[in-house]
Amino acid sequence: MAVIRDMIPAFELFQPTTLQDALALLAEYGDEGWALAGGLDSFDWFKDRVKRPTAVVDLAGIESLRGVRPWGDGIEIGAMTTLTDVIENEDVQSRYGLLREAASHVATPQIRNAGTLGGNLCQDTRCWYYRSGWPCYRAGGNTCYASAREAMNREHCVMGARRCVAVNPSDVAPALIALDAQMVIAGRRGERVVDAEDFFIGPAIDITRMTVLKPGEVLTSVRIPPDYAGATFYFEKVRDRQSWDFALAAVATAMVTSGGNIQRARVAVNGVAPYPVRLENVERVVAGRPVSEETAEAGGAVATDGAKPLRHNDYKVALLENLVRRSLRGTEA
Amino acid sequence: MAEQLIGVDIAPPDLVAKVTGRAKYAEDFRAEGMVFAKLLISPMPHARVRRIDARRALAMEGVVGILTADDITPVDAPGEACLTMEPLYQGEPILAIAAVDETTAANAIEAVNVDLQPLPFALDPLQSLRPGGADARTEGNTYVRTQESRDFQSLKWPRSVFDDAPPGTLPMGEPQTEWTIGDVDAGFADAAVVIEETLSHQSLTHHPMEPRSTMAYWQNGKLYIHTSTQSVARTQAAIAAQMDLELDDVVLIGEYCGGGFGSKITGSPIMLVPAFFSRKLGRPVMMRINRYEEHYVGRARPGFQAWTKMGFRSDGRMTALDLYIVQDHGPYGLSGDHNSAASTASLTYQPENMRFRGVTVYTNTPPRAAQRAPGGGAIVAMLEPLIDKAARELGVDRVDIRMINAPADNEAWMGANQRPLTSNFVRRAIRIGADQFDWAAKRQLSGQRQGTKATGVGIGVSPYSGGSSGFDGLIVIRPDGRLYIHQGIGNLGTHSFADTARVAAEILGMNWRDCQVIWGDTSQHLPWSSVQAGSQTTHAHTRANHAAAMDALAKLQQIAAMDLGGSPSDYMVDEGRVFRRANRSRGLSFARAAERAIELGGRFDGHELPEDIHVMTVGSATGLAGQGLMGVAKDNYGGEGAIQSWVVGFARVEVDVETGHVELKEYLGSADCGVVLHPRSLAAQIHGGAIQGFGMARSQKWVMDPKWGAGFANRFYTARPPGILDVPLEMDWVAVGEPDPQSPVGARGIGEPPLGAGAAAITSAIADALGGQCLCRTPLTTDVILAALEGREQPFSILDAHV
Repeated sequence: MAVIRDMIPAFELFQPTTLQDALALLAEYGDEGWALAGGLDSFDWFKDRVKRPTAVVDLAGIESLRGVRPWGDGIEIGAMTTLTDVIENEDVQSRYGLLREAASHVATPQIRNAGTLGGNLCQDTRCWYYRSGWPCYRAGGNTCYASAREAMNREHCVMGARRCVAVNPSDVAPALIALDAQMVIAGRRGERVVDAEDFFIGPAIDITRMTVLKPGEVLTSVRIPPDYAGATFYFEKVRDRQSWDFALAAVATAMVTSGGNIQRARVAVNGVAPYPVRLENVERVVAGRPVSEETAEAGGAVATDGAKPLRHNDYKVALLENLVRRSLRGTEA
Repeated sequence: MAEQLIGVDIAPPDLVAKVTGRAKYAEDFRAEGMVFAKLLISPMPHARVRRIDARRALAMEGVVGILTADDITPVDAPGEACLTMEPLYQGEPILAIAAVDETTAANAIEAVNVDLQPLPFALDPLQSLRPGGADARTEGNTYVRTQESRDFQSLKWPRSVFDDAPPGTLPMGEPQTEWTIGDVDAGFADAAVVIEETLSHQSLTHHPMEPRSTMAYWQNGKLYIHTSTQSVARTQAAIAAQMDLELDDVVLIGEYCGGGFGSKITGSPIMLVPAFFSRKLGRPVMMRINRYEEHYVGRARPGFQAWTKMGFRSDGRMTALDLYIVQDHGPYGLSGDHNSAASTASLTYQPENMRFRGVTVYTNTPPRAAQRAPGGGAIVAMLEPLIDKAARELGVDRVDIRMINAPADNEAWMGANQRPLTSNFVRRAIRIGADQFDWAAKRQLSGQRQGTKATGVGIGVSPYSGGSSGFDGLIVIRPDGRLYIHQGIGNLGTHSFADTARVAAEILGMNWRDCQVIWGDTSQHLPWSSVQAGSQTTHAHTRANHAAAMDALAKLQQIAAMDLGGSPSDYMVDEGRVFRRANRSRGLSFARAAERAIELGGRFDGHELPEDIHVMTVGSATGLAGQGLMGVAKDNYGGEGAIQSWVVGFARVEVDVETGHVELKEYLGSADCGVVLHPRSLAAQIHGGAIQGFGMARSQKWVMDPKWGAGFANRFYTARPPGILDVPLEMDWVAVGEPDPQSPVGARGIGEPPLGAGAAAITSAIADALGGQCLCRTPLTTDVILAALEGREQPFSILDAHV
């Protein structure tokens, strides 16, 4: 069949106003259904006719999925809250600057105005073989083109590979892992809550999905506990150009310090594995140590334990190590 | 006194339409009964179409027809047709289907079965030159033109050429092109410092904002075509030639063009699909090109795999330049970027001895075309950091080494035949640029570290073509007293269609509000013009409009003398009147003079025309005859030498030594382009071109899988042209402003040189931040810089293409 790109084929559009209706529609259409958030990832798939759902369930009309509200001493952010609204929220700015920083590095102002927090978390990988509609493992096929001998894999993973070497492209995901956030998921059978770091899955668990969301499930909100509110934060995203580009590697670190010592820290990175990676070995190394170049060096040194670069992305190992080290110096990006 | 028009800012006449969205680009037009076409493009880099089965598509409701290569006029190789049965690159159009709406046409394309026989393909010129390497075309991998013959050739270098080249060094077999000035070996023998490096520059797509959409229909045997094109008069002529039509049988409408950068000089082959299709169907056909298709059919700058050796005396003077370029040619045409690169290098450094050797190799990658400073922009971006290297080794200041090697005023030569220039003042541009940038202070920052940020300052000297001559001007003063300036050049956003018209207004003493520029529609009687490319129009059409205005001025003076006595030279013009120098009240309004011209007829109102104007201008002037006082003339001002403009770029960057991230802190472009016609427009060129150069130097390239021949940088976000956050907050400019003495107006074009200046200033500044380490490749992406900083293996070999 000939390839047509940049032209969305027809589909049936549903615009429910309640979560229950949305879940019912997604259940009804099963594999033929598609939950639509801001559309920045979805429309790319539709335009390229690689993913062709017959029914699209637009979540934009469900008010309960929007907004930032208190959640105990923390906050809860509706999954359909736009990234711009996340960035401009006072609580996010004053207490969770790490999330604000990460969200403000997403793409462009226009995309942040339309793109949602949930959409950014649930977006698919940008592996160009997969996005081009090639029949790779992730697409249900039986090979990985990106790890082939001559393949173009400068932007692919250095850890977490298991047949697939794509990377997770989300900027906000590592920030939410560092903030120890929880993901609230709704399905026909009710609600479940998972830790941010467990929300994302690698190919070893399911090579066709980026998250634990099962067909018919919807991410409804993100809960951020107060544990790291106002902590020392560091976010940095390295990319080839400074807007509308995905991370070659990104780091998000939250540190609680006392008397110049790191009491506890959470460190997460993205762009280096098929899922955002929490670097618990780094956290262990730095916990209890003074904020210093030596501590940063020690943390950075273990950041890439087990990293295995592909043919063209050896630089990511150095980049990751350096980013983690910088993030532990106790200064802002 | 009428207002001053040359050297002042104006709001161009298309401004309001553009900012309000009223400007109609090709895809905004509609015609009764119009259908939409979609393309079926090749999924393979090289294949033969064995069979097309479109029965299912043609049976779909709303589908009105199919166009294949059998329906179009064949094109002789190595030329490119708009549809083919042997696609030579992934993305090449094979057929088109039209339907009542675009979605139906797209769905119909998906229903077509095309049986393709895969053929061997070549993506990398060096691989194709190896013994047994694939040829991109069935006829060969290169095209040889000699005085005796022109033909394809399958060029292979002996295995020893490759075996003898150390890793990362360009293999250099027998070249296709070779020229020498002086004796390079003697030059190297004289040198105190010799620099030798292998260099690479990646291919990159033009990606103008507006893709090349076209709508066409036929009426009474005439083709009406709305298309996105840089030029107008010349595109009409190109379409007529390609469609085998008389010039009069093509009406081209192209008032606005959303950028071209050389990819739409006279349109492009794909615009002919709606022309052929609408003739076949008897209905108007619109074909909108989307961004994905634009990547493939939209043209690209050729990549270079190159090598250089340069010798310098102890004072910094270049004694010898040896240059070898292997050019990636794409699959079609005859592109000479490598030759332009060599002549630009010769001009920039005026080496005492020089040798150039080059080969162009066809590849199964998207077609190449001129891209803003073709060849020249790429070579200065590659060589300028090496000039810095020599300066460091010799202990010569980096500005001084450029002053030493840049030609003195009006003493330049370029290319194999050492052609002189009409004029040049590049040393002044270097000096005033260095002063305004405060080079003396900024160079102190070189290599300084603040935290993880290392500062680098750089310079890029960039000449490129800035004009042509011999075209026609056509203006009419009508009885409404207004001046109508007919422009056959295009409007691709540079304002030159308006800026060059102001010359005529100034000569005739008109206020700009009393002038109207007629452009963008060949039914509006346009004169024969230069292509809107190669930075030709400012030079060519200030001269052509000057000639037409001088003709009109003479006619005004003659009419005044006839009616009011005295001799023509007793009369002058200002504020829409022609009057006696000695007695301003004794004169005629232009409105009255226009009426008198019509009464007098003959040459006064266009019923008699000069014999030397182009046949196209004859047709247009004849169409306007009798409407007023006509100024019509060919630019016969003459001139000797190549017309070249210069920009010298100065940049300051900060390189983060832990991430490879480069931040551009400030940039200044200093221009030598003759008289400044329109300062704001000049600033837009100096800065806009530099920004395009930043993209070439830092982020833009293709990525192709060598096993499958498929490309991935086919979207804006993967092609990575620079965004606004990649542009320094501080951007400045300055211009020498010295008139070119060989033009009556003194202005030269300025579209091209800013690109090389921007790119080279950045490559120079990055090398400076790295302590003088030249990575000798563009683009200098984050990974390349970080790998160098960390002493790790580079992601790709310097000679790898499309990575």
